Amino acid sequence: MRITELFERGEFVLTAEVGPPKGVELDHLIKDAHEYLKTRVHALNVTDNQSSVMRTGSLATCRVLKDEGLLPIFQVTCRDRNRIALQSDILSAALLGIENLLLLTGDYTTLGDHPQAKPVFDLDSVSLIHAVKRLEEGFDIAGNEVDGAPPKFAKGAVVSPCSDSVDVQLAKMEAKVKAGCEYFQTQGVYEPEKFIKFMEQAKQFGVPVQLGLIIPKNVGMCRYMNANVAGVHVPDEMIAELQADKEKTKAGDTGVEICARLIRECKDYAQGVHIMSLGWENRIPEILDLAGIAPITPVV
Amino acid sequence: MLITQLKSQEAIEALAQGKTVIINCHGCKEVYFAEHEADAFQKELSANKEVTQIITTDYICNPDNLKLQLKKHTDVINAADTILVFSCGVGIQTVAALFEGKKVYSCCDTYPLPGFQGVTPLNVDCGQCGECYLNGTGGICPITACSKSLINGQCGGAKEGKCEVDKNMECGWERIYRKLEKLDKLDNMKYDAPKVRNYNNPNAE
Repeated sequence: MRITELFERGEFVLTAEVGPPKGVELDHLIKDAHEYLKTRVHALNVTDNQSSVMRTGSLATCRVLKDEGLLPIFQVTCRDRNRIALQSDILSAALLGIENLLLLTGDYTTLGDHPQAKPVFDLDSVSLIHAVKRLEEGFDIAGNEVDGAPPKFAKGAVVSPCSDSVDVQLAKMEAKVKAGCEYFQTQGVYEPEKFIKFMEQAKQFGVPVQLGLIIPKNVGMCRYMNANVAGVHVPDEMIAELQADKEKTKAGDTGVEICARLIRECKDYAQGVHIMSLGWENRIPEILDLAGIAPITPVV
Repeated sequence: MLITQLKSQEAIEALAQGKTVIINCHGCKEVYFAEHEADAFQKELSANKEVTQIITTDYICNPDNLKLQLKKHTDVINAADTILVFSCGVGIQTVAALFEGKKVYSCCDTYPLPGFQGVTPLNVDCGQCGECYLNGTGGICPITACSKSLINGQCGGAKEGKCEVDKNMECGWERIYRKLEKLDKLDNMKYDAPKVRNYNNPNAE
């Protein structure tokens, strides 16, 4: 199923992110997905060589998850493939029954574990959304006809509500909507007031937005994100909160509480939540419980 | 513009086998060449290896000029086992094509250098893309001012206005946005169809 159908039904759409390993053993990922995510989130984002670190592919992992009765979202970046390979993989996704896409420009190659690799960026997030829309209309981006019934996807993209240049982000968001983007997941939010202010401006585009959350595991991680991760800012009070009870933070409980609180504070302004747990998938049920979000009936 | 950086001393010494002729290409306005460094190194090489001639000339990329310049050195080149060339990649290929049966080795690594000789500051560059975007971007080039050469707006990787690839570099698209804001031309960012590069343009990189 396309997650856009859930938004249309007025559901508060819940998604979580999983990252394929560097290797082909997915047992752990599948086990966690069944145990912690299946009845708590509607769909699972599968990252595409996240942070430019080479891993098993998103598309193959999406199909494995689908076969497990889970609903995957195929994340596609423009870093490693030119327009021929990107469009081909989008058609392959349709062939494999993958109906949800998250279309991204992608991190630069030098940020990952193959800094010598050739960066591609033949298309970008906006032109990739356009390319998918053209495929849905029965044409490739060069204008050639596609044989048979065209594919249909839920086309998603990302936006950073807490960016230090949110006006530039809104301009890009508008370009994505114009190109055919149907839903957004945000970069990790730690400042509800910024998110709410952003949503006041973003609602003019009429496209659903899921609040993005990165579970704050410890102070070091927050400081690292503040220094290095674009669009993410953990305020000093939150860092102090993580410092206050070291044992509680170490046990992960402070991060869980913070996420639940963020959901409660932003819920009325968002159309869903997207949780990036970075290995802490087992904490997602608690976050949702604390936020007052009930389990869901799985959709495929 | 190009910069020709000398390979390591050990790497070049390993290439200088048997009777060795060195060809230097100097004087090109497109190339920054480490002349003094090369000169000192070649003196040292002459002391340790069998260097039979050091030839310094210009524009060896031009085959007719190359032939003419080397005419008077024909005997020593014919007798040589190895020719070491200190030039950009084009010069080395021209020498290798002229002496098909000889071992011709490059002693430099050639890098592109932003800007154009003499007139352009090094922090501004033209990507020679063949489809100039500057009229829509407030005179700031998205091909060279953005690390990813994006043409539909910023990638979202900038932090406090700095590029995710190089923290010393300003995000090109934030610069473009601020410039358009100043010009009251933000509508330029609202295009109906996303732009797509044409790499079929002659020589587009």
